Amino acid sequence: MERRDFRDRGYRDRGNRREFREERFGDRGDRENREEMREEKEDYDNNFREEKKREIVIPGETVATGSDFLPGDFTQREGNEIVATRFGLADISGRLVKIIPLAGVYMPRKGNIVIGKVTDITFNGWIIDINAPYNAFLPAAEANRFVNKNDLTEFLDFGDIVVAKVDSIKRRGIDLTTRAGGLGQLEEGMTIDINSNKVPRVIGKEGSMINLIKKETMCNIVVGQNGIIWIRGNDVKSELLAKEAILFIVNKSFVEGLTEKVEKFFAEKK
Amino acid sequence: MSYTKRVDGREFDELRKITAKVGVIPRADGSAIFAFGDSIAIAAVYGPRTLHPQHMQNPETGILRCNYDMLSFSVTERKKPGPSRRSSEISKITEWALSPVLQLESFPNTVVDVFVTIIQANASTRCAGINAAALALAHAGVPMIDMVSSVSVGKIGDKICVDLIKEEEDYEGEGGATDIPFAFLPRTGKVSLMQLDGKISVEDLKKALKAGEEACKKIYLEQKKILKALKE
Repeated sequence: MERRDFRDRGYRDRGNRREFREERFGDRGDRENREEMREEKEDYDNNFREEKKREIVIPGETVATGSDFLPGDFTQREGNEIVATRFGLADISGRLVKIIPLAGVYMPRKGNIVIGKVTDITFNGWIIDINAPYNAFLPAAEANRFVNKNDLTEFLDFGDIVVAKVDSIKRRGIDLTTRAGGLGQLEEGMTIDINSNKVPRVIGKEGSMINLIKKETMCNIVVGQNGIIWIRGNDVKSELLAKEAILFIVNKSFVEGLTEKVEKFFAEKK
Repeated sequence: MSYTKRVDGREFDELRKITAKVGVIPRADGSAIFAFGDSIAIAAVYGPRTLHPQHMQNPETGILRCNYDMLSFSVTERKKPGPSRRSSEISKITEWALSPVLQLESFPNTVVDVFVTIIQANASTRCAGINAAALALAHAGVPMIDMVSSVSVGKIGDKICVDLIKEEEDYEGEGGATDIPFAFLPRTGKVSLMQLDGKISVEDLKKALKAGEEACKKIYLEQKKILKALKE
């Protein structure tokens, strides 16, 4: 109990420090810029955007027949047939057959921007839970500011939320880095979890959807490729509105002309 | 007197009405409900996720861990809650029935957890459980090379029947009752589960398995329809 109290105080202290920093460097606008950069870096899944009609396939179903086709992601050649090995949308572009998954846990890829929570602190870094099959490791050397080796909690404490880039995926373990623009600890605000396969929908074409939500709610939003979204607004009400809008998109991800639907959603809320 | 008409008026090769739905548990990675008439199973899938205890981890591949549980109110006589000899057996055979289709090599040291819960039972619960689990695994996006469809076949008196109900399992007329839970991989045509409780001749067993195969193909079409109808 005592420990909790102590930690709660810690949060407040950090909160104050943050405001102080902002005053000193006036980095509000700067922060916005970094946010933009962050989005450009994320590699969007173009697949949802095209208007092509795709069919839902189930595992074991034949997607294409004949030796003309090549098996791509989540497909496998079985004799003369290309068989789906995962539930999703079948995509045949030219000779390549692949499956766009609709569900499933997040598998990190190099260069992905992810949001995670500090679950453990070792002598040289932090263990971060990023909603993937494996825990990720953020080495102290990869922190985006100087960290005293004797007290790593100074930078990140248990339960802190951090946005980081996947630096490498080795045979065992995922390494993260925060040494790039816009990465680092996320203070205050709230996080929500969505299906990571719906992330491209939430971002939209060249970030159109997320920019719409940002504009309408005046919130700072960071979307992790692992399906964790961080929202921070001027008040709780706008944060909840942003959350509602994101969940609206996730639930209607099959609908065509979603941007207009979301615009209507905001118009109704006002 | 031989068994000429089924208790519930079905044809001998007729299944009970199948009702199924995927995505019934929002917090799970994948979930499904599957019912043969009034035998209802719910399956929830979590993972692949890091496996604990660590000594169970396999650095070559991910593993499948199933858990079958019958709720206390699922049967007429209250079932004592908690694991039993029967439930641990069914957990294990569910695992064996599903593992041939899974491709977990790309997820070393992880586990895929499947929780099958029977909320209402009228025989064939392990088959309903396997069907629900297969749907839930597909819904969870776990790599699989095939689906799994399962049905119970049996010999009641001298008739081969599919999808037995409790009264048939307990048939005590001439010939008695033989119950064969059966799981089938529809694409490859392989059998991943076969248990047998009772007595049956080789010829009749062949006939029963043939009937089971036909029934599983019907179930497969149903599973396919349900997964394809998913729009969320």
